[in-house]
Amino acid sequence: MNIVVCIKQVPDTKGGVKFNPDGTLDRSAMLAIMNPDDKAGLEAALKIKDQYGATVTVITMGLPKADEVLREALAMGADNGILVTDRVLGGADTWATSSTLAGALKRLDYDLIITGRQAIDGDTAQVGPQLSEHLDIPVISYVQNLRIDGEYVVAERQFEDRYHLLRVKMPCLITALSELNSPRYMTPGGIFDAYDAEITVWGRQDLKEVDDSNIGLKGSPTQIAKASDKVRKGAGEVVNLDVPESVDYIMKKLRERHII
Amino acid sequence: MDFTLSKKHLLAQSLYRSFTENEVKPMAHEVDEKELFPRETVEKMARCGFMGIPVPKEYGGQGCDVLSYVMCVEELAKACGTTAVILSAHTSLCIDPILTYGTEQQKQNYIPDLAAGRKLGAFALTEPGAGTDAQGQQTKAVLDGEQWVLNGSKCFITNGKEADIYIIIAVTGTVEKRGKQSKEISAFIVEKGTPGFSFGTKEKKMGIRGSATYELIFDDCRIPKENLLGMKGKGFGIAMHTLDGGRIGIAAQALGLAEGAFESAVKYVKERKQFGRALGQFQNTQFQLAEMATKIEAAKMLVYKAALAKETQKTYSVEAAKAKFYASKTAMEVTEKAVQLHGGYGYIREYDVERMMRDAKITEIYEGTSEVQLMVISSDVLK
Repeated sequence: MNIVVCIKQVPDTKGGVKFNPDGTLDRSAMLAIMNPDDKAGLEAALKIKDQYGATVTVITMGLPKADEVLREALAMGADNGILVTDRVLGGADTWATSSTLAGALKRLDYDLIITGRQAIDGDTAQVGPQLSEHLDIPVISYVQNLRIDGEYVVAERQFEDRYHLLRVKMPCLITALSELNSPRYMTPGGIFDAYDAEITVWGRQDLKEVDDSNIGLKGSPTQIAKASDKVRKGAGEVVNLDVPESVDYIMKKLRERHII
Repeated sequence: MDFTLSKKHLLAQSLYRSFTENEVKPMAHEVDEKELFPRETVEKMARCGFMGIPVPKEYGGQGCDVLSYVMCVEELAKACGTTAVILSAHTSLCIDPILTYGTEQQKQNYIPDLAAGRKLGAFALTEPGAGTDAQGQQTKAVLDGEQWVLNGSKCFITNGKEADIYIIIAVTGTVEKRGKQSKEISAFIVEKGTPGFSFGTKEKKMGIRGSATYELIFDDCRIPKENLLGMKGKGFGIAMHTLDGGRIGIAAQALGLAEGAFESAVKYVKERKQFGRALGQFQNTQFQLAEMATKIEAAKMLVYKAALAKETQKTYSVEAAKAKFYASKTAMEVTEKAVQLHGGYGYIREYDVERMMRDAKITEIYEGTSEVQLMVISSDVLK
């Protein structure tokens, strides 16, 4: 069984956020981590590997330094790492990203593709489902529980007040929630091996069936008008009232501000 | 010359940090307060491969270098001195001498279980009448047919009772040196559960209170002849060489304690307000922190340099002694200053710095007091 996990190096929110003049993130200037949902996706793949046997390939698109996140994945137990990096791919929105990754995934044999639900930098949750469209395979998003049943994936898809139990034939794609599991730690030996391992590097010319109009900043329909760091809110107002009085108080405040 | 850590060491550091933050820090207060040996944490460390970091893969270890092991002890100590010394004694004082002096059979018998953390290790040299003066040993080992018979006792043994495998230093006879009779000392591997091997009192300590410190008692304890570690009569050299490595581990523990206390102090002085200003805005605080930061940096350089020396040199006594002397002194100074910066709260047991100051003191004492380190360093200077 071949599992491909799409992971992303995202800015560590503890380290502060920096922007380029065009409003995109200045990733080279920020501390970086593996996106938490992707890490849960990787753990799900590694669990399947432990249980049933599988080859787990991790793939990421990003700056050359994004190889760090691939090595972290190898240190956790992934078998192969592929870095898709090229200047012409920079500044990609979700459409250009999914087009690019699909071009890379078309070169691979896979039974199951796992992505995180969403990345903590963009928070769009679009790349996973878009990939399934590009590759013309079924998708189960928001997966909170997962098992393999022969040629099928049986997954719980989280819903607001319930979950849907879905049984889907592979090849398919799932997007993982952080709730899916607690990712394992790397091991020191795994880290040393990961830095001895070869990472496959692919550029624009290695992508299959991708049009130039669908990649990079030029291929991105989303244009960022303005970006700024989080604006700090005031301390707010604390009132101690019982429940009926609280309701009255909040209603009064909402009316005052013409919100209702 | 390059002072930057390699990418793999940085990634290992991030692993140790997240492990410490999630698994060690939440337990640290309780471990100290209840004098609780953190067995669960040791099991978690075992699952992550921490119990055999510098052990070659052929013996079931992680196959990493000394620096990556030392960094692990350092990061653990930032949150919990107890957890750090458990790992240091296990790795430096038990695994290392077996790897260095053991026969192939001994390595095959003991290292895989120790490196995987299925078994815990300890080392016993100190006796009531023989601490720094190792020649004062009273514990005896006598060969009786195919067995060595051990009699005597050891004290202040880290990981005592909790450990499964013990390196025991004992007197095996007398030899004549320069016309004087002196004790012949040898090293042995003894397993817990061997008849005649029992544990005495558990020590009640000022710091590292979760670490199990026991008296070991040998009463006609018979071990197989092949459990002699290294050559007969070479035990003193084995013990000294083992302690050279151990001192790097303790230096890393001291460094971590200093860093942990420093981080707590920095956080505290930013939040705590007096006379309408955060403590960090007073120049006295700023100068204190500047001095602490500089000493920590200097200690780190010595500790990492000693780790690299152990990796690449045959002997590293002087590097280890300098690292331990300076890092433990720094740990004491920095933790004391951190308590002072916390004011009254620093004296309250709920605050980490109070525990760290108590934990720091032992780093100036065990595995060779600071005075012994100065003897090692000065004899090198004057040789």
